[in-house]
Amino acid sequence: MSVIKKIWDDVTSLWSLIVGLKVTGRNFIDKNVTLHYPRETVTFEQLEGFRGPLELIGKPKDPGKPKCIACMMCVTACPSKCITVLKAKAPKPTEAELQAMKEAEERGEKVKKPKAPKEPAKFLYDFSLCSLCGSCVENCPANALRYSSNVYLTVTDRKELKMDLLARLGAQAEASIAEKRAEKAAESPKNIEAETTEKEAGTES
Amino acid sequence: MSQIPVELVKLLIALVAIAAFVGLNGLVLVYLERKVAGFVQRRPGPYEVGPQGLLQPLADAVKLIGKQLFTPSGSDKLLFWMAPILSFMPVLLLFLPIPFGPVATGMEMDLGLLLILAFAGLNVLAICLAGWGSNNKWGILGAARAVAQSVAYEIPLLLSVLAIAFMTGSLNLTTVVEGQGGWPWQWNVFLQPLAFIIYFISALGETNRAPFDLPEAESELTAGFHTEYSGMGFGMFFLAEYANMIVVCSVAAALFLGGWQGPFFDGAWWFLAKVYTLLLVMIWLRWTYPRVRFDQLLNINWKWLMPLALLNLFITAFVMKL
Repeated sequence: MSVIKKIWDDVTSLWSLIVGLKVTGRNFIDKNVTLHYPRETVTFEQLEGFRGPLELIGKPKDPGKPKCIACMMCVTACPSKCITVLKAKAPKPTEAELQAMKEAEERGEKVKKPKAPKEPAKFLYDFSLCSLCGSCVENCPANALRYSSNVYLTVTDRKELKMDLLARLGAQAEASIAEKRAEKAAESPKNIEAETTEKEAGTES
Repeated sequence: MSQIPVELVKLLIALVAIAAFVGLNGLVLVYLERKVAGFVQRRPGPYEVGPQGLLQPLADAVKLIGKQLFTPSGSDKLLFWMAPILSFMPVLLLFLPIPFGPVATGMEMDLGLLLILAFAGLNVLAICLAGWGSNNKWGILGAARAVAQSVAYEIPLLLSVLAIAFMTGSLNLTTVVEGQGGWPWQWNVFLQPLAFIIYFISALGETNRAPFDLPEAESELTAGFHTEYSGMGFGMFFLAEYANMIVVCSVAAALFLGGWQGPFFDGAWWFLAKVYTLLLVMIWLRWTYPRVRFDQLLNINWKWLMPLALLNLFITAFVMKL
């Protein structure tokens, strides 16, 4: 019995061969997904899932400041030790504040010492070590990290791959502000034009 | 003045035409293979040399010809260089009895099919010599596998062809083609579907095409029997493989698919269209299936193809007797 069953199994599994042909046949007809790079530029949709070097995400209201809370989770999770985060230190109290604190202590009150702000003082990243595994992005509780989408990144020196992500974020924020300004500037003459034409039309009628 | 026999002139013309056809087909098939491979993997394939990479095979050929011919030390020089020639030369002979069109047959002979089957076996000898002459363990392993494979797959191939010969009562390919009609349901493939499938699978094994490309398995044998060959030494094997593919597909087209007959305008174009469809299927198969293991290869042959081919032959003989 088992021999017959085995033969039957073999015959029915022939169907998988047809399925394989179907898969490759469909691929054959489908459109290419390769981009002819020097002649074409990469579009935004094609970058979906692309893993470029890490970058910080800014706060929605203050894009120059990272959402990072300097909890060090990314540093702990990183298997290649390519992230270095320095926590921001507590601000040094001024002379007057020190005096006030002393006085309060003498009175027997509880003194509130200034706490360190929950943000990084430095966020360094060595892309030459990074394996783009994504452990940092997954482990970040504040969702402050993401992959950048610069497919054209090229450097001539290994040292250039050591990046200061805070500086990068600052530059990006400035660039986006400048862009918005430029957009507004581009839009505004049109508005004026439109208004004037309306006015002209009004006077004619 | 003695007369030159007309037959001889015709034969010479046929051989030259076949050589040109084989060379041209080598270029076309290299291009086709790479394009199909590209499209199956959703990339463009050759793209840079010429429009749509059309000149790529020419560039490849120039590169192959330009490379230094290198003989490994300690090898048998005569055998080593005889192998690629021996693998390529009989291929020209194989094309002679193939009926490309109603008149376009190199040499019409009553034993055409037998000639093809007999001389196709020479390829095994060539691979064997290549492996032995290379003084290389991968080469010899590849050759050993090639022999085991070719010997195994030749039997079901012969048996399935024999079934057609039984049916038509002829080994002349032109007669077999004329015995069929122009419309698809008049072809032998509808009377002998099993024989066709067995023939096609065995043909893949015979021509060392994937998934049965074990003699040159690059992952296990680095390149098998042609590990040591450079330049045109390798190129000859390459060309012979493509030429062999065309031969087996031509025989399949003649025996099973009505040859040069079509629903209208009979002629060589129908034959070529059928041959190229089969070649395309072969290439498609290559980029779909993974390579089989060697024991699987032999199991498929001895446990499935052989008994089925025998059964098919017996049934055919029985029906023909009735």
